Amino acid sequence: MNLILFTFIVLLGFTSYYFGRKKAYTIQSTKKRLTALPQFYGYYLAIWCAIPAFIIFSLWAIFEPTIVKLLVLSDYSNQGYLDDELNLIYEKTKALSRGQFTGEITPFIEASAEKYLSLRSIAQSSKVVIVLSAIIASVAYAYKRISSNSRTREPVEKFLNAVLFTASLAAILTTVGIVFSLIFQTIDFFKVIPLFDFVFGTHWYPAKAFVRDSSEALDPTMYSDTFGAVPIFAGTFFIAFIAMCVAIPIGLMSGIYLAEYASTKVRQYAKPLIEILAGIPTVVYGFFAALTVGPFLKELGTSMGLEVSAESALAAGGVMGIMIIPFISSLSDDVITSVPQSLRDGSYAMGATKSETIKRVIFPAALPGIVGSILLGVSRAIGETMIVVMASGLAANLTFNPLESTSTITAQIVVILIGDQAFGDPKTQAAFALGMSLFLVTLCLNIVALRVVKKYREKYE
Amino acid sequence: MRKNGVKMIKIKAKDVDVFYGKKQALFNISLDIEENQVTALIGPSGCGKSTFLRCLNRMNDVIDICSVKGEILINDFNINDKSCDVVRLREKIGMVFQKPNPFPKTLYENVSYGPTIHGIAQSKQEMDEIVETSLKKAALWEEVKDRLHEPGTGLSGGQQQRLCIARAISVRPEVILMDEPCSALDPIATAQIEELIDELKKEHTIIIVTHSMAQAARVSQNTGFFHLGQLIEHGSTDKIFKNPDNKKTQDYITGRFG
Repeated sequence: MNLILFTFIVLLGFTSYYFGRKKAYTIQSTKKRLTALPQFYGYYLAIWCAIPAFIIFSLWAIFEPTIVKLLVLSDYSNQGYLDDELNLIYEKTKALSRGQFTGEITPFIEASAEKYLSLRSIAQSSKVVIVLSAIIASVAYAYKRISSNSRTREPVEKFLNAVLFTASLAAILTTVGIVFSLIFQTIDFFKVIPLFDFVFGTHWYPAKAFVRDSSEALDPTMYSDTFGAVPIFAGTFFIAFIAMCVAIPIGLMSGIYLAEYASTKVRQYAKPLIEILAGIPTVVYGFFAALTVGPFLKELGTSMGLEVSAESALAAGGVMGIMIIPFISSLSDDVITSVPQSLRDGSYAMGATKSETIKRVIFPAALPGIVGSILLGVSRAIGETMIVVMASGLAANLTFNPLESTSTITAQIVVILIGDQAFGDPKTQAAFALGMSLFLVTLCLNIVALRVVKKYREKYE
Repeated sequence: MRKNGVKMIKIKAKDVDVFYGKKQALFNISLDIEENQVTALIGPSGCGKSTFLRCLNRMNDVIDICSVKGEILINDFNINDKSCDVVRLREKIGMVFQKPNPFPKTLYENVSYGPTIHGIAQSKQEMDEIVETSLKKAALWEEVKDRLHEPGTGLSGGQQQRLCIARAISVRPEVILMDEPCSALDPIATAQIEELIDELKKEHTIIIVTHSMAQAARVSQNTGFFHLGQLIEHGSTDKIFKNPDNKKTQDYITGRFG
């Protein structure tokens, strides 16, 4: 029903557009000068069709359920039911009206269900009537306005402005909402677990929190030595470090090669090929690390007499580094290419060779962009989840041996949130605290990146 | 050939052809450049005068599709020969570009760039001297001596161009190529550069590409006129401007086409 109504309104919108434009042509044919191009008349009319429909639909969606519920439950209002019981009755009524009720059907509920159905159908038909009459009224009003050849361009432009503003507002508000939910949950977490224990504790063992029966009272002391985040922070940075050890040299050198040395033909094929690396889903990298690289490193280590864990930090970090190569190479290729040719010419004309030119002129000029690309790579390395979950192990060992297994913030969030969650439980809130820390780290990285870029830009431009 | 036979010939171009891919840009250019003189290359846009200039220090090597045929003798040595060391060649032949292109480095680093890569200065003190002399010769020293360690990109357009000249002369090149060095500058900065060119010709041979006929007349002793990739006429600036042999030259000088 709603879908039909909606389609009908859209059709009405197109029709309004058509009539608005047609009206404009008639005005034009009387040798009068239009105040805007004919399509603005059409848009104007279509907007006057869309706005009332949108407003009434939204109001209806917000208020209809509440009002129907009030009316249905008014029959029970003097019988001393509690709120919870009333809600239950209402749910039963709705289920019955849909034919999905399986329990015992009492005459009371049957009567309510009938009332519910009749109210819904009244609401539906009155919605149709109200929406259509509102549209007709507003389109008629707008049609009268354009008939008198009044301005249409400004309102249309204003409307567009408002639509675009709303879209960006939605994006910003969502971000703010996410950050606030992180903050509040984190605060709740730190009410139970002291901040000091979280930041400086060296034991991360959230499984301990799984054993608590939710009916037991919350006893903070049982969590001491459970949520010490040092091992997983160390693991995160350690794996990110290994990844960058792979990604920075290879990415940077391939970027320089593509930008400065590669012939047009090589570049034409090599650049898309490298960018394909960026398109591989991280889960694929993940099982590549877990099933191919990990066991390979283990065998290699065994043959050399080293003890290598099958889920080593080296395997996860190395594969993560390969994943990041295309970002660094592609971005640094772009910044190096964007260094003006005149600087290269100036250097070559002084008798500098290609490598001298790159080292002394192009690299310093491109440095802000290169630093930016590296920091972007670091952000990705820290936030990467799939590879570490699959390849680096889930036990949070505090170790800096790349051959042992270790765990990261993201992997621990996954561990905590897999399966059933209880809200308000420190175990769940720990995920928020970790998410918050991750957010802070990447935020700081971005701020530092911007600062660095700005500082060098002042120096070099 | 010339009326003043005692002048030494610094550069001798013989039958130079230049191709961009399959398109020929220069046809059979033969031109002698006299030592310690300013030679102006004039002609309408796209006539190949900049291309010819870039042949003289092999800057066309940078362009993949560009190929150069013919002989260019500098001090009787063919620079298009395989045995020519481009690094040494460009040390001897400096270049100043149309748009000032100082490196994003300090003034000092800009001027010391050439001496550093050619290993000319033996000590910090010697480098300081080279930087100072070069800047003085480029008539920039007085304006910048207190801010040698500030970025070269912070200067005005005219100062930047003089910095580029200082950078070019820091390695004591025998020849300086100038590709429309004043086209991005205001009249005052242009006058300063022209004055400088006159000064520089005492120690260097200068070849300047210019769109301004007035500038060619003011600064040069010899002029070559290019049109559609051909060298139409060359000779002393006086002769070219007052009594050209070729009708095309006459028309271009008097502004009847271009």
